[in-house]
Amino acid sequence: MNYVVITFLWLSILLYFVLGGADFGAGIIELFTSSHQVSRTRRTLYHAIGPIWEANHMWLIIAVVILFVGFPVIYTQLSIYLHIPMLIMLLGITARGTAFVFRHYDAVRDEMQELYNRVFVWSSFVTPLFLGIIAGSTVSGQIQPDAKDFLTAYVYGWFNWFSVAVGFFTVALCGFLAAVYLIGEAEDERDRREFIRKARNANLIAIACGVLVFVAAEIDNVPLMKWVFKDAVGLLAVSAATVSLIALWALIRRKRRLLLRLLVSFQVTMILLAISYAHFPNIIIMANGESLSLYEYEAPAKTLAALGWALLVGSLFILPALFYLYYSFQIKKMRHFEE
Amino acid sequence: MDDLLAARLQMALSLGFHIIYACIGMVMPFFMAVAHFKWITTGNDIYKNITKAWSKGVAIFFATGAVSGTMLSFELGLLWPGFMEHAGPIFGMPFSLEGVAFFIEAIFLGFFLYGWGRFNTWFHWFTGVIVGVSGLASGILVVSANAWMNSPAGFDYVDGQYLNIDPIKAMFNDAWFTQALHMTLAAIAATGFAVAGVHALMMLRQRNIAFHLHAFKIAATFGGVAALLQPLSGDLSAKDVATRQPAKLAAMEAHYHTQRSAPLVIGGIPNSKTKTVDFAIELPGMLSFMTYGSFDAEVAGLDKIPESDQPPVPVVHYAFQIMVGIGMFLVLLALTVLIAFRKRAWFQEKWFLTLFALATPLGFVAVEAGWTVTEVGRQPWILQGILRTKDAVTPMPGIAWTFYLFTAVYISLSFVIVFLLKRQIQMVPRLYDVQPSTKAA
Repeated sequence: MNYVVITFLWLSILLYFVLGGADFGAGIIELFTSSHQVSRTRRTLYHAIGPIWEANHMWLIIAVVILFVGFPVIYTQLSIYLHIPMLIMLLGITARGTAFVFRHYDAVRDEMQELYNRVFVWSSFVTPLFLGIIAGSTVSGQIQPDAKDFLTAYVYGWFNWFSVAVGFFTVALCGFLAAVYLIGEAEDERDRREFIRKARNANLIAIACGVLVFVAAEIDNVPLMKWVFKDAVGLLAVSAATVSLIALWALIRRKRRLLLRLLVSFQVTMILLAISYAHFPNIIIMANGESLSLYEYEAPAKTLAALGWALLVGSLFILPALFYLYYSFQIKKMRHFEE
Repeated sequence: MDDLLAARLQMALSLGFHIIYACIGMVMPFFMAVAHFKWITTGNDIYKNITKAWSKGVAIFFATGAVSGTMLSFELGLLWPGFMEHAGPIFGMPFSLEGVAFFIEAIFLGFFLYGWGRFNTWFHWFTGVIVGVSGLASGILVVSANAWMNSPAGFDYVDGQYLNIDPIKAMFNDAWFTQALHMTLAAIAATGFAVAGVHALMMLRQRNIAFHLHAFKIAATFGGVAALLQPLSGDLSAKDVATRQPAKLAAMEAHYHTQRSAPLVIGGIPNSKTKTVDFAIELPGMLSFMTYGSFDAEVAGLDKIPESDQPPVPVVHYAFQIMVGIGMFLVLLALTVLIAFRKRAWFQEKWFLTLFALATPLGFVAVEAGWTVTEVGRQPWILQGILRTKDAVTPMPGIAWTFYLFTAVYISLSFVIVFLLKRQIQMVPRLYDVQPSTKAA
């Protein structure tokens, strides 16, 4: 049953990255949209994510619950040494979630809108930045559980070149995801071109950040090169991501929005696979060489069995409903546009 | 401020904030479903407008509840790693199921809020009901996890080790039913009277009387029924606590000395030094009767419990008095509603509306007080009799700063929400000012 639970953990992180990430990216795009176009972009954005945005963020909750029920030691170690970035991420989630709803449900449209917008776009930037920092820190080998002073124990574990580079890479990927996603939501040719341009820029920035991650890995002695290029699965995943990226740009002007979205999600999946496979089942790598493994620190069998069944039975309810939600608000609309 | 106190205050603040949003988010969908049902069956557009107006409130509260809930799922670990490390696998079951229920709620809220005119009418209505049912399920599951902290089950504690873990037994611990029942009724009563209060206030201001009157009746009916049932559930809870957590019961009653035919202490100021309660009303033998069903049964006092295992008496006692006092007042309000359904003119009377308008926040004050009783009453334990709160707190220093930060965030959020609701309510005349139409029209 532990494989079922681990699969669900990985899938919920992936889905949070792809769906929640596109959602964050939409806010990031808004942040980098010039002021005279922003209200158009905002409208497109709301149409795109309005009905489904709450559901997209549930994946994070599922991932956290799996962690604290199934792998309590890993969850508590993360909570102790990455307390500060988690706190900032949480404040980001709170600010973003409320600002998004508030700007829609404020019955009066006045200067308060400007405040909601600002909070929304900046928290859309900060939240994935810190999510990335947290993800980077788990494998950075910089967490020092034996440290005596505050900075070494609670700050340098995540405030290092590698973790911060991963943070910016995550932000860039979210922006890229959202831009590709929004191409399909464009209302006319002008918007389309605009989103394609944004996707190109986001892609270039993501590649630059990706290079930075490798440079930072060298500085901080993270064996990233080895994980990605000396591992068959890692290498395959990176190659697949590259091929799909080329395919994406070859097809970008065709009006096949589902295909574009699948391609961009596929890339993100491959990136996640490449960086998570090599050191699996170790999920936290610490400075003292110790690693916390998903196998070693799993909950007792009875708990894992109960958790696994809850997830399996739960998905029987969640997945069809979620699919129908996407279907109702996305695919139906798409048919409507194409007709 | 020391880190333990700061961590406790931060947790209290986060939960105290979340509990309000969670209650409204899980109860209002049912009010909506009733209004929606009435609109579908009668064709009266007032009900449609009520449904729509309420759904905006639900959206605001659900979103806030969702983020504050996300926050809490992390804060459990951020603040209490020593607890979560052991407790996670034992009491995780309700949380996993709650994750599922919450997910379903989010999906169906999407259907409901954006589904006007898109779906078959009854399917649309049904999605709203699912929002309510899954929200209620989430609430019950989370309370069951809290009940486990009061009534640990599903494991053997041997030499500091948690062995033979059984998550299903942990979920169905001895306290889950009484606590879940009490909390559910409390949520319905608090939300019902709060919503009714707001509509009463609007009627006092002579705005959209028909709209607000129909809304008032639905909300007050829900609130009234729950308030009438609540004393029965409270009685079950008290008997439960007496056997399982005698220290908590003693603190609630400021019952310092073990005695037969113990009196029920109402009000008063507990004095921890002299172990007496000043200025209290005492009903002889009533405490014995209410906890054990006999007027001369012996009720254990705080003297039976070592000093280091006693909860702080004054806080628990005051909180309990506030909860019970408000609970009794809400029973009176419920009876008033009952009479008003016979004497219809009451719904227009100024005194009647003023009474309900004033009672708007009371239910939630009682919810907060009751939650204080159960949490502070369990101290110094985080897991009753097994793990102390001070041994569970994070080793990271400087929690006072994060507490100040959270306080600032939650206070500003509350201001924005009140501001938003005020604006929504002010817009009611402009959005929904229609003459009631009949089915034929």
